[in-house]
Amino acid sequence: MLLDRIKAAGGGVSRRRFLQAGAAFGGGLIVGWVEAAEAQETGAVDAGVTAFTPDAFIRIDREGKVTVVSPSIEMGQGTYTSLPMLVAEELDVDMSEVAVAHAPPSDKLYGNPALGGAQITGGSAAIRGFYKPLREAGAAARRMLVRAAATKLGVDPSELTTANGQVIHAKSAQKIGYGALVDEAAKLPVPTTLALKEPSQFRVIGTPAKRLDGPEKVNGTAKFGIDAQLPGMKIAAIAISPVFGGTLSSANARAALAVPGVQQVAKLDDAVAVIADHYWAAKKGLEAAQPVFDGGRHAQLTTADVVAALAKASERDGAVGKKEGDAAGALASATTKLESTYENPFLAHATMEPINCTVQVSDDGCDIWVGTQVPANAQLAVSKVLGIDRDSVRIHNHLLGGGFGRRLEFDFIVQAARVAQQAKVPIKVIWSREEDIQHDMYRPYYYDKISGGLDAEGKLVAWKHRIVGSSIMARFFPAAFKDGLDSDAVDGAVELPYDIPNFFVDYVREEPPGIPTAFWRGVGPTRNAYVVESFIDELASAAKKDPFEFRRELASNNPRARHVIERAAALSNWGTPLTGRKGRGMSVIFAFGTYLAEVAEVSVADSGEVHVDRVVAVVDCGQVINPDTVEAQLQSGIIFGISATLWGEITLKDGRVQQSNFDDYRVLRIDEAPKIEIEIVKSEEAPGGIGEPGTSALAPAVLNAVYAATGVRLRKLPIEAAQLRSS
Amino acid sequence: MINLTVNGSKVSVPVEDHTPLLWVIRDVLGMTGTKFGCGIGQCGACTVHVDGEPRRSCLTPVSDVADHDVTTIEGIGATKSGKAVQDAWLDLEVVQCGYCQSGQIMSAAAILDMNPEPSDADIDQGMSGNICRCGTYVRIREAIKQAGKAVASK
Repeated sequence: MLLDRIKAAGGGVSRRRFLQAGAAFGGGLIVGWVEAAEAQETGAVDAGVTAFTPDAFIRIDREGKVTVVSPSIEMGQGTYTSLPMLVAEELDVDMSEVAVAHAPPSDKLYGNPALGGAQITGGSAAIRGFYKPLREAGAAARRMLVRAAATKLGVDPSELTTANGQVIHAKSAQKIGYGALVDEAAKLPVPTTLALKEPSQFRVIGTPAKRLDGPEKVNGTAKFGIDAQLPGMKIAAIAISPVFGGTLSSANARAALAVPGVQQVAKLDDAVAVIADHYWAAKKGLEAAQPVFDGGRHAQLTTADVVAALAKASERDGAVGKKEGDAAGALASATTKLESTYENPFLAHATMEPINCTVQVSDDGCDIWVGTQVPANAQLAVSKVLGIDRDSVRIHNHLLGGGFGRRLEFDFIVQAARVAQQAKVPIKVIWSREEDIQHDMYRPYYYDKISGGLDAEGKLVAWKHRIVGSSIMARFFPAAFKDGLDSDAVDGAVELPYDIPNFFVDYVREEPPGIPTAFWRGVGPTRNAYVVESFIDELASAAKKDPFEFRRELASNNPRARHVIERAAALSNWGTPLTGRKGRGMSVIFAFGTYLAEVAEVSVADSGEVHVDRVVAVVDCGQVINPDTVEAQLQSGIIFGISATLWGEITLKDGRVQQSNFDDYRVLRIDEAPKIEIEIVKSEEAPGGIGEPGTSALAPAVLNAVYAATGVRLRKLPIEAAQLRSS
Repeated sequence: MINLTVNGSKVSVPVEDHTPLLWVIRDVLGMTGTKFGCGIGQCGACTVHVDGEPRRSCLTPVSDVADHDVTTIEGIGATKSGKAVQDAWLDLEVVQCGYCQSGQIMSAAAILDMNPEPSDADIDQGMSGNICRCGTYVRIREAIKQAGKAVASK
């Protein structure tokens, strides 16, 4: 839904893409997609190919080694395995012959068609965007290799088959490896029509493939942005104004420079960086500098101020997200009417790899070593700040030590460029964990008012949902913020898996003063599923119906949703008794093109502390690429969701964030982790996203389980143990 | 100048005594497998072994390990338990973003050095100091058990 809106908003307009192929420098075949402006529709190899020759989706060298230049970056979600699988499937090569490489910045070559053609890794969109293009590129390469072999052998292409990186002529028992064919293949025209395999022919797609990034991640050789090392490089520690929007008043450079190893002090408007031979010296220098900041106009801000403004804003009419029937009329005439307010806190991302960026500014431009979800956006932003050509900014992307939306932002990349601009050597800026937590761009505080009406039989007949909070799209992707409506803000609230006859959703934009807001794992659907699926439980309770049965009835015309609901109930032993303060709760979502039902089983201690004992998840994400990744991403999303549901909260006092590290921004540890059981529905429907749904469905499942265990309905996150204490 | 042994090699580093071992390993010796996560001993990403015992290198002054044996993720594969843990990690596809995994593997190897058949409680105790934001805990638990079997059978 969100993706459609981005496209509708103009992101994808006139971005026609064409398959191109040609010879790689130094020999070999390259195949990829390029935008119409730089493509030749005929697929000829001369002039048009020059623009995309340096890199493409697929490179095959003379040894037959296949390199997939991945348009999406790897941040744990398994994309560096699942995208190459698409190529390997159609190219008929073994995954062990495939390597993966980071893509340089270019919307034109690596833009995700599902994200308006922007080179962004996010929104659980990698497979959805590249499922067809990458397969087509693989199929085109295969066809060209087959034709080259046909010429070489003097046979008709129809007599040839391919397997394991070889073209095979069964009749004459001859085999030619792809490597021996690449130079001839590169001279051939790109096929204009391509037959892709039918699902019944898949031998890679749908089977568990080993992660291509596994080995380097268990022996310490994997390179994340923070691991960049360059000749002459120095390390910077940085202190940023603790109040958002504040400025640097003073910093004692002399004291900093007196610390052994400190080389330089670089002042920015809102920060000071101390540059040294190693991080510890830089950190000690920063302490010695004793920076003083002027907080500016937000220096008194508290969380309560933000919430009060949101509550006031919730009295305004919003931009309509969806309207069907007459919700107000149906509510007025409903037998039973419920109305609730739900609140979502500010959240930090807290990726394991603290924010960092390495930059060298030189006479011929700027080199940046970083892990980013938005290489092309970052390139543009830095080129503007430095006042140089976009092409002079070279982004060297790295593995991401967690993204979760934090690395969709380039604030820290621009900042590092400003620091490096003052130095003559490459500078690696490393944020302390405290800076990372206190200068995140936060998932915004949201405030929702929701009401529903039941008829005399307990049937849901009316639904009215007002969503109030910051618009991330207005800043991040202005085209997707139209007439006051933020498409992400209502995502997961407007396309429910249920039939509700009178339905109304609107959105009121209200920005927290000075607080930077950003996407967070699961984006709109995570915020909205918590409200929608909690409220569905409230309605079930008011209708005196079992929450599972209530959902099943509402989804009776939606077979995919109904199936995951029924399977989750069966697998979780729904309805069987639990002893003590234990309970089960269900949630179901349709988001990112994926149907997912989760059942959480919780124990509530007398102290009110909640433990999630078990989570059952049944997912229908359409055609599965790598089932092992689907399972891993659900496990991951569930754990991520539990941290946020139980403890996740960023609060403000005196204009600054009160949390600072893992001791006060608590996240789940292994001894607190639940048992997780996952079932994947076999399907040939279009593939859905899988990086985020597991998180989106989690909070309401847990809150509904808490209600089942205690009878207490919580409408504010995170869970407040005091409300659950046993008297 | 402080002398220490890292993965069997003797090195001398020109840093002040209080410099944490983490930054000596990463920024002075240029070995980047050991990770910075929190700086306060909360997350375990920086875990190394000192004379075979797990230590948080972000809180360990380098002078504390002068003339001791330090093992990092780059060297742990040379030990029986370390190799078994790395193999099980790959076999069960534990890693996701991978940033915390150096520390996880160092902690897991230390558990198996003590006891190749750890109970769930042993694993909880030995691993609860290592945070993983990707939530690989379910697979970590299984992989430690599998690695333990390999250690015990050799």
